[in-house]
Amino acid sequence: MTLSRRELLKVQAAGIAAAAANMAEPAIAQPVSGGVEALQITWSKAPCRFCGTGCGVMVGVKSGKVVATHGDMKADVNRGLNCVKGYFLSKIMYGADRLTQPLLRKKDGVYAKDGEFTPVSWDEAFDTMAAQAKRVLKEKGPTALGMFGSGQWTIFEGYAATKLMRAGFRSNNLDPNARHCMASAAYAFMRTFGMDEPMGCYDDFEATDAFVLWGSNMAEMHPILWTRVADRRLGYPHVKVAVLSTFTNRSADLADIPIVFKPGTDLAILNYIANHIITTGRVNTDFVDKHTTFLRGATEIGYGLRPDDPREVAARKAEDPAATTPIDFEAYAAFVRDYTLDKVSELTGVEPGFLEQLAELYADPKRKVVSLWTMGFNQHVRGVWANQLVYNLHLLTGKISEPGNSPFSLTGQPSACGTAREVGTFAHRLPADMTVVNPEHRKHAEEIWRVPAGIIPEKPGYHAVEQDRMLKDGKLNFYWIQVNNNLQAAPNDSNETYPGYRNPDNFIVVSDAYPTVTALAADLILPAAMWVEKEGAYGNAERRTHVWHQLVKAPGEARSDLWQLMEFSKRFTTDEVWPAEILDANPNYRGLTLFDVLFKNGHVDRFPLSDMDPAYDNAESADFGFYVHKGLFEEYASFGRGHGHDLGPYDLYHEVRGLRWPVVDGKETLWRYREGLDPYVKPGKGIEFYGNKDGKARILAVPYEPPAESPDEEYDVWLVTGRVLEHWHSGSMTMRVPELYKAFPGARCFMNAEDARKRGINQGAEIRVISRRGEIRTRVETRGRNRMPPGVVFVPWFDASQLINKATLDATDPISKQTDFKKCAVKIVSV
Amino acid sequence: MRGQDRLRLGLTQRSTALGAALAGLIVFACGALSQDAAPIQIVPRVTGEAAPMSEVPVPALARPVVDDVRRMRNYPEQPPIIPHAIDGYQLTVNTNRCLDCHKREFTEGSGAPMISITHFQDRDGQVLSDVTPRRYFCTACHVQQTDARPLVPNLFQDANDIGPKP
Repeated sequence: MTLSRRELLKVQAAGIAAAAANMAEPAIAQPVSGGVEALQITWSKAPCRFCGTGCGVMVGVKSGKVVATHGDMKADVNRGLNCVKGYFLSKIMYGADRLTQPLLRKKDGVYAKDGEFTPVSWDEAFDTMAAQAKRVLKEKGPTALGMFGSGQWTIFEGYAATKLMRAGFRSNNLDPNARHCMASAAYAFMRTFGMDEPMGCYDDFEATDAFVLWGSNMAEMHPILWTRVADRRLGYPHVKVAVLSTFTNRSADLADIPIVFKPGTDLAILNYIANHIITTGRVNTDFVDKHTTFLRGATEIGYGLRPDDPREVAARKAEDPAATTPIDFEAYAAFVRDYTLDKVSELTGVEPGFLEQLAELYADPKRKVVSLWTMGFNQHVRGVWANQLVYNLHLLTGKISEPGNSPFSLTGQPSACGTAREVGTFAHRLPADMTVVNPEHRKHAEEIWRVPAGIIPEKPGYHAVEQDRMLKDGKLNFYWIQVNNNLQAAPNDSNETYPGYRNPDNFIVVSDAYPTVTALAADLILPAAMWVEKEGAYGNAERRTHVWHQLVKAPGEARSDLWQLMEFSKRFTTDEVWPAEILDANPNYRGLTLFDVLFKNGHVDRFPLSDMDPAYDNAESADFGFYVHKGLFEEYASFGRGHGHDLGPYDLYHEVRGLRWPVVDGKETLWRYREGLDPYVKPGKGIEFYGNKDGKARILAVPYEPPAESPDEEYDVWLVTGRVLEHWHSGSMTMRVPELYKAFPGARCFMNAEDARKRGINQGAEIRVISRRGEIRTRVETRGRNRMPPGVVFVPWFDASQLINKATLDATDPISKQTDFKKCAVKIVSV
Repeated sequence: MRGQDRLRLGLTQRSTALGAALAGLIVFACGALSQDAAPIQIVPRVTGEAAPMSEVPVPALARPVVDDVRRMRNYPEQPPIIPHAIDGYQLTVNTNRCLDCHKREFTEGSGAPMISITHFQDRDGQVLSDVTPRRYFCTACHVQQTDARPLVPNLFQDANDIGPKP
């Protein structure tokens, strides 16, 4: 046989490929062995499983397995791009230690708190769980029952959970891990605009002249949105990027104005910019007069710690941290007058020149500006204030609600908006921005849910941090955790979270796909189906609702959280959970199961299986005998339709790459509150912030106040926690993808090289990071992607072997109850 | 020049693949043996320590893989990993060190693979004469690997290893 040089190269290449794939080497590469069917992959759309950006991905399935993923060209969010995590979505479901059967702690064949995890059937799991729930209900009533959900819940799951908890068990002790993530943003939206979620959308990025990142490191945390920022900045030289952070990160690589400020002093910078706008005469008075009112907020509002914590005792506290009093423009101007350039430069440690350049981005009437923030603002003991102070800047200048002018709150989890906020899985919320404290709202929810009047309790439940405290104190005794890893995520967790999980009075259930720190601290672990193993819907940061089909089957006996919630509801009858007087008044509800009342109620179950696309499986619907997802979605959508939260018809969402609500007459809304762009603005109004009855937005006067804990002589450096590009959530998925793990294998402590040298610590040395609450061992990184200023260290929290939240402080914003994970004092000691 | 030793590529790949497979087997064998007693394997970096909330010694920082050997992709759309050192590479608004070798015009001299043709497309799919600004920050998709061993095996299967066979 003679081979030309070209053929020889081809044979060689095939040999290399075969060797690389560890396959037996064929003599020559076959052209299409097995015919075209052997090559075919079935592609379907889905949103990414990771962050709140909400990229569209195409998921390739072959023989019941996901074999490839890539960015969806048709998805407006990302137009064919994914970040490294998104490109490796194909592997997140295939970690070898997936949970495939329920595991119950048992001793001598029966449940025991100190028993060993033992595989059990779903029946035994639910029987035990129901018995525990009934015991707790009998002993202490519904306030001792609680659930901790997630911004990674699908919309259906969150909706089923809120119904089951509030209308079934009559408990508002339901909170999502999104409380740790964007509660401050949500409260600020309500306080400023009377309506949650951004007025703008990602299309602002292509229309703006300046981006200001307030504490956000989008280059790593929202990489695909960062591609849109980079596209704009590099493609149009007049565009400016300002990056504010407490250390220099990858986002600073694109910055024209890089600013590193002392932790917590962002509040002063915001007030300085407002002062600059006023003193240089650049207030948009027409806009301000017509569309805003001014308020002064209560000050010295405490730190949301336990009431007996010395810091909390020491703080002179306002009676109501959320209280406000009306003021006028002059009073507001006088209030911010204190925030002079010199004073703020001194307090923040930022060069005056940079502060002025930053202020001009807002003040210059010719420049459009997009403000972006995530955890830097939200995980802040004054997080609600920080959010509102940035709205002040956009409102003073009228740079809002139009293409390119946009204060934009980014989200961390894929459905922080869709599930946690829109569905209303917070301890005080109901769907469509309604709350449990409002009797009209409760009545409306009871009508839509078809449950008797008076079923939904009016007192808000325990929020995330409070749930941990109540578990520890023995006041919350039955606790179900779904789609989150709170023992790794919660602040001060070895003192405030773990003891509650292991409290002998408590029964802890964890639903997860993988064994996590939290699952291992539970009494019962339920194996969960994840991502495209179920039909789902997420809502991203720009109000986009995105639905996907079930594409593959879950392994073993793993079942979706939705199935778990609905199936569990069959084990309770109304007589067991509702008060006699309500049943006496509504005898037709007697003897029904919660499943009958909440799901098979003639409404949720009104869409037959034949409504489903026959090309796709749907495990829950097959099991319950009706199109569960459509039924839940349509009932849920009835909360918002006609009230500014309109969702389109369910079937439409299977066709499109998501739609931004309000969806009116089949059309999505890109910018809210402006006539011509938002169908809810009345003709002739121009701008209307219709979430507030007076149609106006609020400008809030609040001061800089110091963090709950600052470095001192002994605990002499700031600890900032956060994330890295390669790992998301608590790392339970990304750490099981070999390429992502090997790219960033384990947490480390980023530290200033001079700080390390002063302590006699070399690059890579093992150290202890110690706070007043706890410590971890880790390694020092003085190089790499984060460049730390003196006195500040950064530790990401994705590594279960380095639980940095043992060191963090459970101080929260007293208004939003969101923890400040960004600021506490630690010392660094070599091992 | 980088990535020229094609024979070595095959050998290295074979040995790492075998190594990974063996490591996986060992974990699995242990897992299978102790299935009845402990249905969950403790792998501290993902499950936490066996003694909950305890402090444990931390292994040395893993070293980046810098052998310059191209790795097979898991599927065609996967962004190739970076098999060489990138310490001190500037990747900023002013300069992009990666493109010094991977840009179309420079690949002849550098021997580096040219950035994919997808990297020339703007948001609307139009092909530009050079890399699109939205693809400017290479490290959002392309990452280095270290010599750390995966914590748990991943059962992802190559599309060509499943489904209809000839």
